[in-house]
Amino acid sequence: MSLAELICPAGTPAALRTAVDAGADAVYCGFQDATNARNFPGLNFTPDELAEAVTYAHARGTKVLLALNTYPPAGKVDLWRHAADTGARLGVDAFIVADMGVADYIARTYPGIRLHLSVQAAASSPEATRYYCENFGVKRVVLPRILTIPEIRQLRREIPCEIETFIFGNHGLMVEGRCSLTNYLTGQSTNMDGVCSPASDVEYVRDADGSMSSQLAGFTIDRFGVDEKAGYPTICKGRYAAPHRPEGYYAFEEPISLNLSRLLPELIEAGVHAFKIEGRQRSKSYVRGVVRAFRAAVDDIKAGREANIADLIALTEGQKQTQGAFETKKWR
Amino acid sequence: MAVNTMTKLTLGPIAYHWSADARRDFYARIADEAPVDEVYLGEVICSKRAPFHEADLPATIERLERAGKTVILSTLAEVMLKRERKATEDLAAMDTPEIEVNNAAGLYARGKRPHRIGPFMNAYNDATIAWMAGQGATHVCLPAEMPAPAIAAAAQAAVALGLGVEVQVFGRASLAVSARCYHARAHGRTKDNCQFVCEEDPDGMPLRTRDDRPILRVNGIQTLSESYVDLLPEAAHLIADGVTHLRLMPQAVDMVAVAQVFRDALDGRVPTGEADARLATLIGHAGLSNGFYHGTAGYRRISAAAPA
Repeated sequence: MSLAELICPAGTPAALRTAVDAGADAVYCGFQDATNARNFPGLNFTPDELAEAVTYAHARGTKVLLALNTYPPAGKVDLWRHAADTGARLGVDAFIVADMGVADYIARTYPGIRLHLSVQAAASSPEATRYYCENFGVKRVVLPRILTIPEIRQLRREIPCEIETFIFGNHGLMVEGRCSLTNYLTGQSTNMDGVCSPASDVEYVRDADGSMSSQLAGFTIDRFGVDEKAGYPTICKGRYAAPHRPEGYYAFEEPISLNLSRLLPELIEAGVHAFKIEGRQRSKSYVRGVVRAFRAAVDDIKAGREANIADLIALTEGQKQTQGAFETKKWR
Repeated sequence: MAVNTMTKLTLGPIAYHWSADARRDFYARIADEAPVDEVYLGEVICSKRAPFHEADLPATIERLERAGKTVILSTLAEVMLKRERKATEDLAAMDTPEIEVNNAAGLYARGKRPHRIGPFMNAYNDATIAWMAGQGATHVCLPAEMPAPAIAAAAQAAVALGLGVEVQVFGRASLAVSARCYHARAHGRTKDNCQFVCEEDPDGMPLRTRDDRPILRVNGIQTLSESYVDLLPEAAHLIADGVTHLRLMPQAVDMVAVAQVFRDALDGRVPTGEADARLATLIGHAGLSNGFYHGTAGYRRISAAAPA
């Protein structure tokens, strides 16, 4: 049986304490700069806040994972190195990295601290994973959200490290760490700046016929009728027209959440070591609800009891949800 | 532009699903007529397409080499399935021609034998490039979204390590890859039963916003820019900053003529402004962009930097 650790989002010090209290085995967080992939206004930690967070979490037996999972552009690598130095000094339990230069620096400078390979590194094969394990001593790979359970089970047998998968939250469609869509429209890079469809570039425009356009940097990502709720303009969840789809359609994916609740027992059985809940940008109450529900479910499954999956399903009730690639390769 | 006869022009791998016939004709013309020094071959985007044209590879390689071109085989950007792992391993095992690696699975298979780093490898900085050089990389193609100061700093580091440095200067920019095939999705199919519908769009499938503005192009699992990157006006700056190779990505336009325009400008035979105007004529309706280079939205066209 795998450890089935629950890895929970901490976008703010308050959310971190909430996640710890709700039963997280580990929390993940980042600094207030481009060194992590949720570099959003109002989120993340100062070094002082991280110091307090580490103390709070460790006192309750919870690990703190520091996300340094963006790609430094040449000339700015020191920002990432300093972030690693600060994290090491404050006693974080692991670094989550994607860039080989950053991984190499941490592996050489702090060989005693665990390295986790971020989903941003897009390691989707045994060979890619082994590359990072053998060269940087990576202890855990966070898998891209593109593999089916049989594929994960097979991968587990072929790699020398732990596996972490996303289980709940925002469902990105593109291979993480290989997406420049936001930079193409806004001039801010997901890989280099940690920014995705930034709020500062969002506008909702009421059209003459009463419909609402959600725009990013002046591009209409979707348009909603009077009766529809206008969604956030994430580029890969917009509606566009194509030659065979002149009416407009979700060219990449619908605005949808990942919810693998039903697959939890199977994923544990497949040997997944850790389950990641997405949502560093979410509220405290959201974090509390989701972490508590998953805590109970994982504990039930580990104890051989039937998990109350209905509670987990209810978390996304009224919203569209998907099991994404995990259930069937027809998703592809 | 100052005369830059030493700068190499390269032709990147064909991103789209062009038919075997179209590829044969294309490379025959490239071999005979295009002033490019190096040509990247191989299927980078979708492993399902490879069987259609890989049988022609040996003849294409021979033809291009006979014409004096250096040939490099590029590996897949996404490696997940057995056949993708096998294809990557097979390429990595080859001694000739050179190999360009686009996925860490390829790096693993290649070990410390010499190889090039492709644009999908995310070599964004000096630390990563130094690491890669230590593992046998001889050449690095930088990601398309890098801005000028980062290109300069990366190029400086790479040149100091003896590596070739390449930047894409023409063609649609790759913006994303996915496990899902968006061509199949547009036609109500899945990747497994796609029936190779992507062949209908030799320059990508256009997506337009709901207020009818062109925005992106779909090429199977890949999403590309609507505009063609054009860094011809910036070429002199790139070269001054240490870039040794300029990459042209094959699009459904007259690529021999495109290569000629770049070569003429690099050799100082045609002034940059005139060369760029010729380029605009050659590509017709598609927009040109250089926003990434100038640190702004990629689709933008920033008017020429100070003449070099």
